[in-house]
Amino acid sequence: MIKIVKRDQPSRAIFFFTPVLAIFLTLVAGGLIFFILGFKPFEALKFFFIVPIADKYGFSELLLKATPLCLIAIGLSFCFKSNNWNIGAEGQLTFGAIVSGGVALLFYEQEGFYILPIVILAGAIGGMLYASIPAILKTYFNTNEILVSLMLVYVSKLILDYLVVGPWSNPEGFNFPETRQFSDSAKLPLLFEGLRIHAGIFLALAAVIVSWFVFYKTYLGFQMKVSGFSLKTAKYAGYKGKKMIILVFLISGACAGLAGVGEITGPIGQLHREISPDYGFTAIIVAFLGRLHPVGIIFASLVVAITYLGAETAQIFMQIPKYTGQVFQGMILFFLLASDYLLFFKIKFIGSKK
Amino acid sequence: MIIDINFIGLIIASIMASAVPLILASCGELITERSGVLNLGVEGMMIIGAISGFALMTVTGSLIIAIFGAMLAGVLISTIFAFLTQTLITNHVATGLALTIFGIGISAMIGKNFVGIPGKEFPVLFENLKDTIPLIGPILFGHSIVFYFAFTLPFITSYFLKKTKIGLIVRAVGDSPESASNQGINVRLVRYLCILYGGAMSGLAGAYLSMIYTPQWIENMTGGRGWIALALVVFSTWNPIKILIGAMIFGGLTIIQFHMQAIGVRIPVQFLTALPYIVTIIVLVVISRDSRKIRLSTPSSLGKSFHKDN
Repeated sequence: MIKIVKRDQPSRAIFFFTPVLAIFLTLVAGGLIFFILGFKPFEALKFFFIVPIADKYGFSELLLKATPLCLIAIGLSFCFKSNNWNIGAEGQLTFGAIVSGGVALLFYEQEGFYILPIVILAGAIGGMLYASIPAILKTYFNTNEILVSLMLVYVSKLILDYLVVGPWSNPEGFNFPETRQFSDSAKLPLLFEGLRIHAGIFLALAAVIVSWFVFYKTYLGFQMKVSGFSLKTAKYAGYKGKKMIILVFLISGACAGLAGVGEITGPIGQLHREISPDYGFTAIIVAFLGRLHPVGIIFASLVVAITYLGAETAQIFMQIPKYTGQVFQGMILFFLLASDYLLFFKIKFIGSKK
Repeated sequence: MIIDINFIGLIIASIMASAVPLILASCGELITERSGVLNLGVEGMMIIGAISGFALMTVTGSLIIAIFGAMLAGVLISTIFAFLTQTLITNHVATGLALTIFGIGISAMIGKNFVGIPGKEFPVLFENLKDTIPLIGPILFGHSIVFYFAFTLPFITSYFLKKTKIGLIVRAVGDSPESASNQGINVRLVRYLCILYGGAMSGLAGAYLSMIYTPQWIENMTGGRGWIALALVVFSTWNPIKILIGAMIFGGLTIIQFHMQAIGVRIPVQFLTALPYIVTIIVLVVISRDSRKIRLSTPSSLGKSFHKDN
């Protein structure tokens, strides 16, 4: 007989075990789906998860994709830990990219060491400005941040679309919806000759270290944790809730904005319509899979980045649609959320009496 | 200058046609949200409905099987959401997002072999009455059965919530699951059913897109309509009749863009497209800042898990 018993306390061991379990279950289910669709499951999984990162170039691409995911997820973990549902990171990324791209275009045809820092800063500020909208509306007008941040994603993409088609489009660009190429001084330096991985990865690593320090070594981190558990307790303890809400949104927006900067000053080098393959949404999965823990997020961003690469490889070699990557991303989150049940409940197998 | 009055009728009819999927999905989601569940997976359920409807139509050749199959597919995919959020008590927001991401992916996988296949013609009703009355004729007649269903659904939904006992139970579960549970109502069961109903309506909305509106299968063809449907529910302050108005505005802005481009009006298209989202945010702010208003219109337990300890 099986009996489900509530745990007295969420299990800490299972807390870190379930992400691994979720990934395993995703692979099994993924293999099953490939089998149903008439592909050889092991071959398909190999093309999805091993072939793309088998060489130096592939590994560089993995880090390239993991960088924005990690950066955004770190920012989101500030929000999620404190019970603020910012799901508009994609919009903050886009707006950050717009502001930094605009600044980079100002310096077009100019070179100088001071350009890149200004461009990066502009991106962070852009992301913060955009994230401040749901934050301010939530704190002062009691507005639901989920819906506002989500609506703003579409608005930001339309602003970008307007700019690259209209006023910012490259005058010598034959009406392609894209801006001029940024000058070399406005681009993040590449780390290795011939590989696309760029210095943006250091931004992500810095975010990891800073967030670890804030979460576990500062009063703010403690306040966030308490607010995440119970808003009533936080109020009782006298924390300034409004200030904290705005602060976590600003941090989150800055990280998303920086991810946007990394994309346009890194592999892209200009502004055009599609600057992000929904990194802002996928990073939500990364944040959860990484258990809102900075180190966990690093691993999670690598795992989820593979689904992007795998989808591309599988499309080329097996004619599997590239959207398959999203099947895996969705499944990882499903399985993770489902296995969280084990955190709070124990399944007891009770042997029948002989 | 003579304005062809039938042309205006046709424009209004095309606005209504583009509003249909929004009305269907929003009315479904409205019931789900009224029971206290926030399902962000509308986009995912819609696209699953779109591919299921189109695939079934192509394979079986039967439009009826395709339409009901699409609704069933919506129900099946929303069962995942219902099981996770209601039985395993997972977070609504995260689960809904996973559903959308998963749905878009799986629909593209299924749809791989259906790209480029032409759709079938869907029968329309009262075609012969179309030219009898100027202006009104093209608006009222010559549409598919799904079209007529969509425009009656808000009224049915409103009646259901206000006047029927089951409607009252749904609202009670959404506003105060604890007291509903104390009254002997099975909160979990009610929420399950409301989620599945939302899935069916999203599935139907998707099928309308792939079988009637643009009869073909294109990857990611819902193009954010599921998110608009979610916004519409908020825009309507959880009132089905206002969904009708909202859907006409959202649909109208889409259609007007095409015509403005054709005439050469110089307002950027992107600004018009963004307008509904901005308006939704403003509506949200207006209803939220008044705590009395939001308490009257928003289901109090929206998005919060309910777990009855055994």
